[in-house]
Amino acid sequence: MSERPGKHERLSVRKTYKLYVNGAFPRSESGRSYVVTDAKGRFVANASHASRKDVRDAVGAARKAFGGWSGRTPYNRGQILYRIAEMLEGRGAQFADELRTAGLSKAAASAEVDAAVDRWVWYAGWADKLAAVAGSANPVAGPFFNFSTPEPTGVVGVVAPDSPLLGLVSTVAPAIVSGNTAVVVASEPAPLPAITLAEVLATSDLPGGVVNVLTGRRAELAPWLATHMDVNALDLAGVPADAVADLEEKAAGNLKRVVRPDESDWGAEPGTARMTAFLETKTVWHPVGV
Amino acid sequence: MVFEYAPAPESASVVDIRESYGLFVDGAFTRGGGEPFKTINPADETVLAEVACADEGDVDRAVRAARKAFDKVWGPMPGAERAKYLYRIARIVQERARELAVLESIDNGKPIRESRDVDVPLVAAHFFYYAGWADKLGHAGFGTDPKPLGVAAQVIPWNFPLLMLAWKIAPALACGNTVVLKPAETTPLTALLFADICRQAELPPGVVNIVTGAGGTGRALVAHDGVDKVAFTGSTEVGKEIARTVAGTRKRLTLELGGKAANIVYADAALDQAVEGVVDGIFFNQGHVCCAGSRLLVQESIADELLDRLKARMATLRVGDPLDKNTDVGAVNSAAQLAKIRELSASGEQEGATRWSPPCDLPDRGFWFAPTVFTGVAQSHRIAREEIFGPVLSVLTFRTPDEAVAKANNTPYGLSAGIWTEKGSQILWTAQRLRAGVVWANTFNKFDPASPFGGYKESGFGREGGRHGLEAYLDV
Amino acid sequence: MTYFGDAEGVSTETLTGAAELRAFLHGLPGVDRVGAEERAARLAGRSIKTSAKAAAIDLAISMVDLTTLEGADTPGKVRALCAKAARPDPDDPDVPRVAAVCVYSDLVDVAVRALDGTGIGVASVATSFPSGRAPLEAKLADTRAAVAAGAAEIDMVIDRGAFLAGDYAKVAGEIAAVKEACGSAHLKVILETGELATLDNVRRASWLAMRAGGDFIKTSTGKVSPAATLPVTLVMLEAVRDFRAATGRQVGVKPAGGIRTTKDAIKYLVLVNETAGPDWLTPDWFRLGASSVLNDLLMQRRKLATGVYSGPDYFTLD
Repeated sequence: MSERPGKHERLSVRKTYKLYVNGAFPRSESGRSYVVTDAKGRFVANASHASRKDVRDAVGAARKAFGGWSGRTPYNRGQILYRIAEMLEGRGAQFADELRTAGLSKAAASAEVDAAVDRWVWYAGWADKLAAVAGSANPVAGPFFNFSTPEPTGVVGVVAPDSPLLGLVSTVAPAIVSGNTAVVVASEPAPLPAITLAEVLATSDLPGGVVNVLTGRRAELAPWLATHMDVNALDLAGVPADAVADLEEKAAGNLKRVVRPDESDWGAEPGTARMTAFLETKTVWHPVGV
Repeated sequence: MVFEYAPAPESASVVDIRESYGLFVDGAFTRGGGEPFKTINPADETVLAEVACADEGDVDRAVRAARKAFDKVWGPMPGAERAKYLYRIARIVQERARELAVLESIDNGKPIRESRDVDVPLVAAHFFYYAGWADKLGHAGFGTDPKPLGVAAQVIPWNFPLLMLAWKIAPALACGNTVVLKPAETTPLTALLFADICRQAELPPGVVNIVTGAGGTGRALVAHDGVDKVAFTGSTEVGKEIARTVAGTRKRLTLELGGKAANIVYADAALDQAVEGVVDGIFFNQGHVCCAGSRLLVQESIADELLDRLKARMATLRVGDPLDKNTDVGAVNSAAQLAKIRELSASGEQEGATRWSPPCDLPDRGFWFAPTVFTGVAQSHRIAREEIFGPVLSVLTFRTPDEAVAKANNTPYGLSAGIWTEKGSQILWTAQRLRAGVVWANTFNKFDPASPFGGYKESGFGREGGRHGLEAYLDV
Repeated sequence: MTYFGDAEGVSTETLTGAAELRAFLHGLPGVDRVGAEERAARLAGRSIKTSAKAAAIDLAISMVDLTTLEGADTPGKVRALCAKAARPDPDDPDVPRVAAVCVYSDLVDVAVRALDGTGIGVASVATSFPSGRAPLEAKLADTRAAVAAGAAEIDMVIDRGAFLAGDYAKVAGEIAAVKEACGSAHLKVILETGELATLDNVRRASWLAMRAGGDFIKTSTGKVSPAATLPVTLVMLEAVRDFRAATGRQVGVKPAGGIRTTKDAIKYLVLVNETAGPDWLTPDWFRLGASSVLNDLLMQRRKLATGVYSGPDYFTLD
């Protein structure tokens, strides 16, 4: 007769919050981590403290993923973004918990999760409409057919805002919906929803490398993104005002397209500006004749 | 029988070049605080005129004039009224077309055939096109009532002086902005003639201000606090400097910079038209074209045949007097540019490429460079990577479409590209993969006000032309 | 086997030839119409002034195939035309004579007699001009009659129906047969490009005619609109240039119809100069099939000589 297990409270299994690079969840190559606390200053987790080499690896992964992702049909990208919404909905409780840990009220946390799900749905629908709205057939004065189509600019560096879920989704989704790939520096004080979102992305048929999530110090990581010559664009949404000029100057090194931070109300309907900021317009001419 | 064309010079008497020119600020020509400079005819090195140089104080006056005009007159004016001013300008450009063309050729060195048939007609078309947008901005896809940005600082290059002015000023004014424009120091004259056109059109003072000068004037203008928008066309090097200058400010920026376009000729191309396209692609405007097809990528299986045809065609190019109506290739714009072309061409030989030019008598005075083709060029050669901005073509070969695309994209630039093939699916496949803002398929160097133009990567950002061109001048 | 025309009794070798011809013609590089038109327009924009213009006018006069091809042609009309050909401007003996007089085959003898001693050749249209719709035997008889009457040049029409049906071998076979019937007479092959419609077809028909033995390729009968155009002539000039480069044999080009003014004529000369090259700038290798252009050339010639504009009353009408 076996012994009965002792009657004591079960110890929960904690999650190790790691980075999300190239579809995998590595620790920072530096081996560093930093303490994430809740709103009351209590320990919540050790988040990975990414380094410049993690930026390098993430950019490499994003570049490698760019051809495939931008080559998908817009319909397929839309389906995958919708799938992300489905997965996020299913994990709603977990996100709500993390948001409450970050200080939101129960109602506010729940509303933010709902809004984040809805935001993915909104952007999913854009995938196969953007070209019709941002492109054109141009009536040139000659025997030519001339059309302009929007194309993704390439690898986008996103310095995510401190709205840890909705702000994050509202900066990542517009970058990738058109076929860009992204390297995201998560909110520094509240990075955990970003890593949980990465788990959603990893289970949504989003190819590895399309979104790479780094946690750590913005002031350390953002300059490496801004100077990286294989990054095509920057979203500075989460950059404090006094750091913008320096990053913009660094971004000029290869003429990155830069979205400056503004007083974004992440709850409002986003409009198309964040999508078009990361689009190139390609215009093709061809003669018309027999 | 040798059919020699007798000289057919366009009469320069339609142009009245003054001895000296002032700045155009707040509707009047004024003196400049800087040291005046001379603009010369690059075809014979004669001095054409002395031109005022704007210093910081002059730039400040111009920006203030533009601000006042924006606040008091141009900003509040209904779009339909702005439109009528732009239509007026378009009409006056047409009325004074020959004068503008001749002056452009004299100051720039470009053949009269191009200034007459390409530059000036496109200038008029550009104003006519954007005039029509001025009262329809709510339908352009940037919101129902998009607002102008304010004062636009615009700095333009010397290769298409008046056309670049039109690309800058027409959309800016249509959207309700006022402008301070700095033409290039080697080609200021048509911009100053344009100032006179603004006066004939009775454009309110301060809406268009022209400040002449060199790099210092441009830097002062770009850095001025009163500027809301900076638009620049020119080299990538200066474009980066400008991007650093406006970093951390509220100023919006669009840049149209350099290029090293690949012109891809597949084995099944319509060969005679491809040869024409290659010639137009690199020798149009002496190769002083940011979107010039300066790298010919030819499929190896037809490389010899294509090159034979290309050389035979190059031998028929007529190099010389820009005002001769039969001239195909005119003068290089400046001594400095000529030196740069020579230096890069010398490097091509040093690095092992084979240089060829047709027999070509060049005038003794002025800045001239014979149409030149380099064969046996590798991607690693400087002449395959650096923008020469002259009549120099680098020829590379490829074996497969994948290789063509890979080589075409293997550059920090991304302004334009060409594709020559009779196979429709191959055109679209290639066009999709080229990282370039303008792709000419079975044609090259075509421009139209309705067609967006601008680059990927280090060729800049923002588009000029078409509906897309409005975005640069609206608060969106 | 409609592919190769009437296959009955045709040897395997001929079939192979027909297939080869078809493959060859379809393997020629395409022509982009917009690009070709652009190039032709660019060349048409050349400004030919003063001494160059004077030389061009005399050259153009010497290249004219002075033509009358009407159902109402009579011996009297033909004799008058021949007089004009020999002395285009009675007031000015320095005006060069034209290259040839072009008439229907039944009027060749009249023209030959009228031009006796002038050195001007007689060209005859043949092969059921202008439609070409007749049995080969009739076409050959037409040709032989013209040659027998003294025609130095035969302007034949190709079977456009066969060409458009893809029966290139039939077209080539007829050209070869007519060439044989010509004997020593020169053969100009009229493509009737207005009916071929596309520039790709013009290039193929040009190569077909050259391969089959034509000494000249000619655009049009003048009975179909459009007749000669600059883009069509450009493509034909490219073809003769490339054919000589490939085979060593030089073939002439003759645009015909629609060339009415000196300005038109000079545009064609510029096209020749910059496309095929100066080797073609002689009446031996380039002709202008026209009639009314001659008086305009004479009028412009006098303008250059006297400095004042002339009028049609001062030039003879024949």
